[in-house]
Amino acid sequence: MKITVAGEKKEYADGTTVAQLIVAEDVETPQYVSVSVNDEFVQTDDFDTTELKDGDEVEFLYFMGGGAFALGETR
Amino acid sequence: MAFTNEQLERYSRHIILKEVGVKGQKKLMEAKVLIIGAGGLGAPAALYLAAAGVGTIGIADADTVDISNLQRQVIHSTPDVGKSKVESAKESMLAINPEITVNTYRKFVLAKNVMELIADYDFIIDGTDNFPAKFLINDACVLAGKPFSHAGIIRFKGQLMTYVPGEGPCYRCVFKEPPPPDAVPTCREAGVIGAMGGVIGSLQAMEAVKYIIGKGKLLTGSLMTYDALTMEFRKIKLPHRHDCAVCGDHATITEPFDYEQAACELN
Ligand SMILES: [Zn+2]
Repeated sequence: MKITVAGEKKEYADGTTVAQLIVAEDVETPQYVSVSVNDEFVQTDDFDTTELKDGDEVEFLYFMGGGAFALGETR
Repeated sequence: MAFTNEQLERYSRHIILKEVGVKGQKKLMEAKVLIIGAGGLGAPAALYLAAAGVGTIGIADADTVDISNLQRQVIHSTPDVGKSKVESAKESMLAINPEITVNTYRKFVLAKNVMELIADYDFIIDGTDNFPAKFLINDACVLAGKPFSHAGIIRFKGQLMTYVPGEGPCYRCVFKEPPPPDAVPTCREAGVIGAMGGVIGSLQAMEAVKYIIGKGKLLTGSLMTYDALTMEFRKIKLPHRHDCAVCGDHATITEPFDYEQAACELN
């Protein structure tokens, strides 16, 4: 299936979950990332069970403080 | 309020714009903006809003100027090292534009003082560098019905969003809770390119100006992200979270509260 991840079109296996995508995309602070699919937030507790579908648009939203924080990097 | 000749000259590049004009400039001169944090983000925002003639600008920061601030906090100069940041900021702002009023608050913004602090202002700019403060400012602004601009910067990246009551999600809709203090392994500097504060802090000033003059489209319901290494700006649509603890259908937060923060974040 083709999905759009942070604005980029990508090919992923059918049935890929949000949790699997987070690993595959090498998201650095996975426990603190917010995820939206087709402009709806996915609850953190549902990352494991939410399967993505062809054409889905996924966005990762990262914590970003000021210059004194190490959080918020994607990779 | 009639303009003096000097004002007509000072603000001529604003007044000539059809979106601003005499009417918009008047609105700017009557507006009150509070900037929380006189650092990397607050510095450019404060300078541009002062130059724009925003009539009353409040600036809150408990800190003193350190030499390590000068790489990005362009409102402070080398002779200001050791001086309180709000005093140093006020001097720079008044040097640019002696017509405006600058209110200084040399204090940490906490649950006990945030409501009183924001009460007199039309728009708030969050230029803080830590998550407890960001959530506190969000909650206070949602509860008080005040529009504000949120921003964060790190390394070569920055992002910002605008909250306007009734017009989209709040910061807590997006991020729910601050990460626990121990989620950050150390408080060592991750570093940030100085110009990043200039880019994102100026965009915050831009949002404040647009809100005041009532023109254009604000970053409500959107998070703008900027990556300096790839030179990409993105505007990500932000959904509203109906179960948001402060702005949702069954909000549980009814007054501002402080989150615990690591001691080394307090400087
Ligand atoms: Zn909310």
